[in-house]
Amino acid sequence: MNNQALAIQSLRYEITEMMQMVLTQLNKAHDALLTMDKELANEIISIEKKVNAMDINIDKACENILALYNPLAMDLRFVLAVLSINKELERIGDNAEGIAKYILNGDITSPFSNEVLLEIEFKSMFETGISMVDDAIYSFVNEDTKIAKWVFGKDITLNQINEKCPKVLTKLIQEDPSQTSKYLYLFSIIKKLERVGDMAKNIAEETIFFVDAKIIRHKVDKYNEKKKG
Amino acid sequence: MVEIKEEIDKHILEAINVHAYYGDKHALDDINLKIIKNTVTAFIGPSGCGKSTLLRMFNRMNDYIDLFKKQGSILINEKDIYDPGVSVEDLRKNIGMVFQKPNPFPKSIYDNVAYGLVIQGIKKKSILDEAVEKSLKQAAIWDEVKDDLKKSALALSGGQQQRVCIARTLAVEPKIILMDEPASALDPISTNKIEDLIFKLKDKYTIVIVTHNMQQAGRVSDKTAFFYLGKLIEFKKTKTIFTNPSEELTERYITGRFG
Repeated sequence: MNNQALAIQSLRYEITEMMQMVLTQLNKAHDALLTMDKELANEIISIEKKVNAMDINIDKACENILALYNPLAMDLRFVLAVLSINKELERIGDNAEGIAKYILNGDITSPFSNEVLLEIEFKSMFETGISMVDDAIYSFVNEDTKIAKWVFGKDITLNQINEKCPKVLTKLIQEDPSQTSKYLYLFSIIKKLERVGDMAKNIAEETIFFVDAKIIRHKVDKYNEKKKG
Repeated sequence: MVEIKEEIDKHILEAINVHAYYGDKHALDDINLKIIKNTVTAFIGPSGCGKSTLLRMFNRMNDYIDLFKKQGSILINEKDIYDPGVSVEDLRKNIGMVFQKPNPFPKSIYDNVAYGLVIQGIKKKSILDEAVEKSLKQAAIWDEVKDDLKKSALALSGGQQQRVCIARTLAVEPKIILMDEPASALDPISTNKIEDLIFKLKDKYTIVIVTHNMQQAGRVSDKTAFFYLGKLIEFKKTKTIFTNPSEELTERYITGRFG
């Protein structure tokens, strides 16, 4: 063990901890939305403060490692991947926080009905999004690119569900215009979930870069297009 | 006689308003710094900047140079090591030095490591055996040499010789170890072993290392002092020096924009 090995070990621990925190935020956001639970929403905000602090610490740790140790090969790819993944995690946290704020600010006046949630396939969408983040995290921590590739497949599923939402929400608004504001917030939540899916995909891409030294950014969409066709 | 050995347990090594001259050449210009216990401090800077001169003042190696003159004080735990009452022998027992070129004596590995203890009058074989084994283990070379301690140290590779020299230094149980470019004459793998060793030794010793290899300073040290033309330009935590130095000269040196 030397200073470099210690620093990289410490960075690995920190990014893993941040991953767990962000996953917790997403799970709480899912549960909080079902019943507009303000206590859960507050917990998400509280975790967000820690996530933001960790974001800064991890960036600084990466800077120090690059400056002090000139890491090479897999060590270098690890640090570069962590720098990117850190940003993605922080954005996932922001999205979870955004959902929590809708609940806390009273923007959404009452829980969504089960019928509405079923119609937009809320449960399926949210669970797919969370499992994408979970898979991406697992693949990074275990350096398993096979699992990373699952994320791309699930992104197709998520996008297919999302694509139906504008039509469904338009219909719901037409049926009950008094609920327009509420459905617009629901649409915003769906867009946040879509972004979370994109971030999970980015984390999976960074994992493949770290482990296999392959850059598949921009090639993933072609891969998904092929699978759809 | 000043009892440096017991005082060193607190030991902060300190330079106060230090100037050094080789004849007319002003080698060190008003140096002030403190070395903290159980840290690794790196001295970096271009050739001729004074880093080795300062290092050698810490155990009075410059005493042997006729033209050498100094002003100011070098304190170990607030006692000036240049006071008339100071025993230079005692000083060097407590402040060991490792040189750039490995310099084992033309003796066996065992006799090299035991030498410092033997000249102190220690004769009992069991004590010497234990000290030799402990020091060679601390220097991370015991496994490579334990089966033939009677072998001449000169028959070892450069990297092994250097670790035997470090073991020799450790055998007299110093508190501070000065290293003057300890790996610059060695191959990359041996350099790696020396750097790993520095990391391990930090728990028990205070280490000051002069290096012309900036990356080495980054890898091994907690604090870095940057010298230029005899002046101490900046002395901060290594990570600060390497990510955000305050002085433009420091930034130019570490980014390779010098000269």
